[in-house]
Amino acid sequence: MTALLFRDLKLAVRAGGGAMIGVLFFMTVVAVIPFGVGPDLNLLARIGPAILWIGALLAALLGLDRLFQAEREDGSLDLILMQETPLVLTVLVKCLAHWLATGLPLVVASPLLALFMNMDAAAMAATMLTLLVGTPAITFIGAAGAAVAVALPRGGLLVSILVLPLAIPVLIFGVSAVYAAVQEPAPFLPPFLFLTALTLVFAVIGPVAAAAALRASTD
Amino acid sequence: MRLVAERLSARRGEDLIFRDISFEIGPGEALVVKGPNGSGKSTLLRVVAGLLPREAGKVALAGEGAQAFETVASACHYLGHRNAMKRELTVEENLHFWKAFAGDSHGGAGVAIDAAAEAVGLGGIVHLPFGYLSAGQQRRMAMAKLLVAWRPIWILDEPTAALDAAAETMFAGLVNAHLSQGGLALAATHQPLGLGAAQELHMAGFAGVSVEAWA
Repeated sequence: MTALLFRDLKLAVRAGGGAMIGVLFFMTVVAVIPFGVGPDLNLLARIGPAILWIGALLAALLGLDRLFQAEREDGSLDLILMQETPLVLTVLVKCLAHWLATGLPLVVASPLLALFMNMDAAAMAATMLTLLVGTPAITFIGAAGAAVAVALPRGGLLVSILVLPLAIPVLIFGVSAVYAAVQEPAPFLPPFLFLTALTLVFAVIGPVAAAAALRASTD
Repeated sequence: MRLVAERLSARRGEDLIFRDISFEIGPGEALVVKGPNGSGKSTLLRVVAGLLPREAGKVALAGEGAQAFETVASACHYLGHRNAMKRELTVEENLHFWKAFAGDSHGGAGVAIDAAAEAVGLGGIVHLPFGYLSAGQQRRMAMAKLLVAWRPIWILDEPTAALDAAAETMFAGLVNAHLSQGGLALAATHQPLGLGAAQELHMAGFAGVSVEAWA
């Protein structure tokens, strides 16, 4: 299993791997917002957490369709399906590798982008923490979508549309946790714990659903 | 250990590809599946490997050592049309991954990566990215994959397509060595594989199945 983790990480950073595509997209989207919205610093600070979360959500969805499709195209998926190792575990490890390669860079880049949005230190820290906890959920949800669309040649957009409804609660609780951290009366912990719970639930459901979809998609 | 298939039938979409195919392969034996294009050779192999659902019949392992495997698939190596190697990684990284990920199953041990590359006649180039190799070299390296992790059953789908005569001889040697260790082989091919005494299964294809039987 560690062999699979390291292989996927290596593939992600090699040419054409696309580890940086997501974080570049994230930076592009968030960097142009201040130019479009205008130099109203208070407004930017107010919408900052939401913009960061939306950018991160879209960036996380960007490379998901390749998660299993690349394996299928070169025939590796057949061999992965045949192993004695439970497929659910294999999917979980692939999700983990995908998140380390594409989700973690988003978390790391978020404080820099928070500066663009004139966010203060507390909002910056809260955004980073919620992204760290919330983005794995998007990967797990996306894995199920990617597995369903694995046999479709141009399934990229379809995957995003399939998984978006499930990713919306993650977005809602992620953003509300950040606002709760910076606006006094609202407590931070309840939305944050909901976000954590969502990630844990999808960490179980996502790989199970993806494994079932992969088994059903053989041809 | 023996691989037993009983009255197998398989369907792709609406069409029945083949029906009532039975065979039995014992230790050290090979079965060569022959037939024209589209006669269902690849489908049969994928059904045996558990990669396609079967319409009817069953595939099972029998005899000594069969209990060690949960599924038939976990006792098999499958060499399909695609090589299952990543172009961006070096040959060594690819083989190392499959050696570690697949692991040795009951009853044997895989060889080291260098030894496997040596066995397919491409010793000195494991440091190159897989994508740099020629089609024939890529195929040979995909065969090296069979050696790095032990599986008693090799399922080979057109293994020697895109290979030169020397490589065909080399591959026949590999399969024969595998058989002499008590392994089994199930191969679909047009070319003679040079396997000595191998059973043959001829598939007539869908055209050979009477239409009235399915009306």
